[in-house]
Amino acid sequence: MKERKTRKTLTFQVSALARVEGEGALYLKVRGREVLEARVDIFEPPRFFEAFLRGRHFSEVPDITARICGICPVAYQMSSSHAIEQAFGVSVPPAIRALRRLLYAGEWIESHALHVYLLHAPDFLGYEDAFAMGRDHPERLKQGLELKKIGNEVLQVLGGREVHPINVAVGGFYRVPDRQELQALRPKLERALDLTVETTRWVATFEFPPIEIPYVFVALRHEHEYPMNEGRLRISDGTEVPMDRFEDLFQEEHVPHSNALHCRYRGQTYHVGPLARLNLNADRLTPRAREVLEQLPFPLPWRNPFLSIVARGLEMIVAAEEALRIVDAYEPPEQPRVPVSPRAGRGAWITEAPRGILYHRYDFNDEGLVQEAKIVPPTSQNLARMEEDLKALAPQVLSLPRDQATWRFEQMIRNYDPCISCATHFLRLEVEEA
Amino acid sequence: MRRKPRIAVWKFASCDGCQLSLLDLEDHLLEIADAVDIAYFLEASRATKPGPYDISLVEGSITTPHDRRRILQIRRQSRFLVTIGACATAGGIQALRNFRKVQEFVRLVYAHPEYIDTLEHSHPVSDFVPVDFELRGCPVNKYQVLELVSALLAGRRPRVPRYSLCQECKRRGLACVMVTRNEPCLGPIVQAGCGALCPAYHRPCFGCFGPAEGAQVAALAQELRRRGRSGPEVVRLLRTFNAWAPEFREESVRHEGA
Repeated sequence: MKERKTRKTLTFQVSALARVEGEGALYLKVRGREVLEARVDIFEPPRFFEAFLRGRHFSEVPDITARICGICPVAYQMSSSHAIEQAFGVSVPPAIRALRRLLYAGEWIESHALHVYLLHAPDFLGYEDAFAMGRDHPERLKQGLELKKIGNEVLQVLGGREVHPINVAVGGFYRVPDRQELQALRPKLERALDLTVETTRWVATFEFPPIEIPYVFVALRHEHEYPMNEGRLRISDGTEVPMDRFEDLFQEEHVPHSNALHCRYRGQTYHVGPLARLNLNADRLTPRAREVLEQLPFPLPWRNPFLSIVARGLEMIVAAEEALRIVDAYEPPEQPRVPVSPRAGRGAWITEAPRGILYHRYDFNDEGLVQEAKIVPPTSQNLARMEEDLKALAPQVLSLPRDQATWRFEQMIRNYDPCISCATHFLRLEVEEA
Repeated sequence: MRRKPRIAVWKFASCDGCQLSLLDLEDHLLEIADAVDIAYFLEASRATKPGPYDISLVEGSITTPHDRRRILQIRRQSRFLVTIGACATAGGIQALRNFRKVQEFVRLVYAHPEYIDTLEHSHPVSDFVPVDFELRGCPVNKYQVLELVSALLAGRRPRVPRYSLCQECKRRGLACVMVTRNEPCLGPIVQAGCGALCPAYHRPCFGCFGPAEGAQVAALAQELRRRGRSGPEVVRLLRTFNAWAPEFREESVRHEGA
């Protein structure tokens, strides 16, 4: 962390952002109260996933794309499986659908608990990290680890392991659990529900810097459920379209300072993730989550990005309640996965990763080999918005001592739980004729 | 009192999953944090301390000139340097680009200057610096990470099996997916470590832990071909997360275009 004074211009710089997934930096140039430049620099090296997906068999795609992100591999497995099934005209039975939602619920709990307790809460309480926080608040940290562990246990039972689960197949699963295996999760999920309620009430007592930003929110919207695997694409300006229209509405642009592309909606920056989902789907919350929300002193819509930690709490309640409902109603499907016959064509799908909407689109030949792939992760959609947020925050923090101001800017970025590994997976090799 | 060992965790081209495995040791995390001085672990802490470090855990492969310089510096500051996972140990999934023909690369003109900074290959850490221990896996097994840290703290060599997945699978009493389902299982040539997860989920091993000690890769490839798998299928099987491991790389080349 360093800041430089050059004449009247100040720069705030964090050369390596901590408590985010992946490698990034932030840079701010200020004159007086005016922000001349705000950048979230990405220096995570590109890994060219879209390039080497070409020629791979459809059955390999969920496991390969999972490797884009070790924190939300299920999201990649879900978006890719659905997109491939759409390309081949496959639909899955209700029991498979329910198991997918259960798996996603496990990932939401694991990923949100990691962020809330280990990455984000230390900011609000003034600690450098969760270990330091745990020395003063050992019970809180233990509670967070217990919750994270329960999320991971769902992934273990259904997916085999927590990082890069091995059980997701196009058309369903390689092996489905029997009723007893899922029932064994019940006491843990009940405990998780208590912990998530407790967590949400706790984080809601934090002090939130007063800032309201007129965001454009984007999330899925489902007829009955809080969205995970299905729904239509909803934008806070009232627009709602089928999810395969994504590329018509959202454009990616390259910005020179970043190893990632920036996305815009009709020329504007926009916000995806827990805050967007909550604002657009508050009427789809599960009963307990709704009850907790109603007791909070924050009327909807939430436009303060620092409240994202409370939104993550509410979403963990949703995930725990949904997991319990699914476990109780579960009847194993007749077969673990439906047969899949490839055909030439295109499929596109969006699911709600913990950090927001994750778009996958594939073109296949008639052997089921990938001809072209496009993946737009949530963090790359939020990057342009993060830079705008730094500018919006600047007026109220520039009067703080330098190190505190810098820390506050870092927090602004961490509100998004950015996954920089995700955002840079897709840097393309661009071919130009010499 | 003896000084606590200083641990650093470093990230190169990767998905973060292996360092996450450290944080996934929920029941042991606080003990570890007590036993060591976490001097550099950006994913977990904004507090960083300069080297030297007693133990450096390195995740990710080396893909840029900048990262090549960085790993040399890290090596100089580290008493023990351990790679965690397939990226750092074998180049990872991103090493799939290493198989592209050189001419194809020559034709490519990068639209943006930062691309020029990309090395032609995704390299394992050991291409540039001596590595004291390698932990396999995509991802690593978190209990192997725990064993590694405990062993280094106790000053002994970590106990990590080098034999094949088949041994783990047999010990679990699982039905062989190759024999009973005629599925293309890499178990005979892949190092144990996951607990034979895939066969337990009725699925053939797809090679997260890379080549086992003394793996007969050519013999397995031949058997897969005999069982009706095409050349391109065998190539794809050998080219995933450990594609650039020499044993897999060499055999996969033999089946190209076959």
